[in-house]
Amino acid sequence: MTILILAEHDSQQLKPGVTNAVAAAQKIGGEIHLLVAGNGCSGAASAAAQVAGVTKVLVVDAAHYAGGAPENLAPLIVGLASHYSHVLASASAYGKNVMPRVAALLDVAQISEIISVESPDTFVRPIYAGNAFATVQSADAIKVITVRATGFDAVAATGGSAAIENIAAGVDTEQSKVLRQELSKSDRPELVAAKRIVSGGRGMGDGDKYRQLLEPLADKLGAALGASRAAVDAGFVPNDYQVGQTGKIVAPELYIAVGISGAIQHLAGMKDSKVIVAINKDPEAPIFQVADYGLVGDLFTLVPQLTAAI
Amino acid sequence: MKILVPVKRVVDYNVKVRVKADQSGVELANIKMSMNPFDEISVEEAIKLKEAGVATEIIAVSIGVTQCQETLRTALAMGADRAILVETSAEIQPLAVAKLLKAICEKESPQMVILGKQAIDDDSNQTGQMLAALLNWPQATFASKVTVTAGVAEVMREIDGGMETVEIKLPAIITTDLRLNTPRYATLPNIMKAKKKPMDVMTPEALGVDVTPRLKTLKVVEPPKRKGGVMVADVAALVDKLKNEAKVI
Repeated sequence: MTILILAEHDSQQLKPGVTNAVAAAQKIGGEIHLLVAGNGCSGAASAAAQVAGVTKVLVVDAAHYAGGAPENLAPLIVGLASHYSHVLASASAYGKNVMPRVAALLDVAQISEIISVESPDTFVRPIYAGNAFATVQSADAIKVITVRATGFDAVAATGGSAAIENIAAGVDTEQSKVLRQELSKSDRPELVAAKRIVSGGRGMGDGDKYRQLLEPLADKLGAALGASRAAVDAGFVPNDYQVGQTGKIVAPELYIAVGISGAIQHLAGMKDSKVIVAINKDPEAPIFQVADYGLVGDLFTLVPQLTAAI
Repeated sequence: MKILVPVKRVVDYNVKVRVKADQSGVELANIKMSMNPFDEISVEEAIKLKEAGVATEIIAVSIGVTQCQETLRTALAMGADRAILVETSAEIQPLAVAKLLKAICEKESPQMVILGKQAIDDDSNQTGQMLAALLNWPQATFASKVTVTAGVAEVMREIDGGMETVEIKLPAIITTDLRLNTPRYATLPNIMKAKKKPMDVMTPEALGVDVTPRLKTLKVVEPPKRKGGVMVADVAALVDKLKNEAKVI
């Protein structure tokens, strides 16, 4: 068995999630290759070659892979797939966009967001917002899989010495083009990779109060900032802050939920956190059912106290 | 231009599902079912495009049991023009859904298919991308804003680091994210009118599609429960617990 992993990157570095997908591949067993597709991505290719457990890095460097267009990436991967038993990607927005397109072109099922490998053809994945875990078995010759990063402890990003092989670019379908990106700029850790997360909900009141209260706490903890859907929908923070069933799935060592009631859709995104703290004025809020430590009271008083105390 | 909008009947988003004792699946008997929330957003977006004079006809499609007609009637009451039900009681996985939708696209020749980015039951997030592959159409997933001009759609997408705007040539696939719009409620007069709108019923066999599942579900279990936590009296007690018990700060 040989496993190909589509590696997400920003041309220089690999994105968090790739090393978790490598960990999943190690559970499946077999040789592991990474595919780095981009434009001017030799930095990312070098980073990929250092990932522990990877034996080969395939690099394709061409202008039409710059934006990660699935119309161009999927045929490229399909052209490689016959050499592989499994094709994996992290279940990030990038992986979710491309991989079903690969699966359909191969006429195979995709197994989405696996959290456990039972055997090379059997995997566990959450369904119904994580309220049930399904064990599924694939009969397809090539298994196309996206990996939920929180299900697998990342392998070391360094220490490996894989061979780098340049491969020929596929055609440019010219079906789509990226016009612009507006990326949130932050010095804080990335939400999906953060060891600590401070997350705010509707109870924050508005965006100014969210920032005034939660940014100092996050700064003190070296934490990433997150939010519930309600806080994003209300415009307190941008969409990429959202934690939940359809947002980001996180499992930090410490998750502090402030003014978040705990809808099942939010819990689906954070209940695998090691330690959960909930601060809410409503003692009946469902968030307290998953919290290790609950504090009932006015968050506008409690959060500044907490920031001062740590 | 014609827009096709697939809608799925799923367990209502407010219901907390229970796993069956025999581990064969989740309990669906006597559970409230509704249109997948992302599909409501798709229907709304199609209606908006029709109201803006971009779309001329909206066709809602559902695949599944007879009761999916209720889901389709909801789409019709919101403003879809007609409906197609591919009726089957078999388990239909995303690849089969995409193949059935492809067969319908070949009959109906829509310029755009708007799908929810994922269904809240199986959480697969696959069908739109698969349909785009099978039709060899461009795709814009996780859409948060859609603008259509002269054969091209400009779509703002929600991505992990923020937002991205892509331009795709029509015909194309769009999958909807949460903040694209707020779906309207069907009014009573429109619910009445929807009863008279046309609904075709067909079968997977008639469409010539093999819907045999590729994935076998071996078992479905409850996730491990988190142990109940404790309530702390004040910030000092919380900090003490985090430092000395949990040792995370």
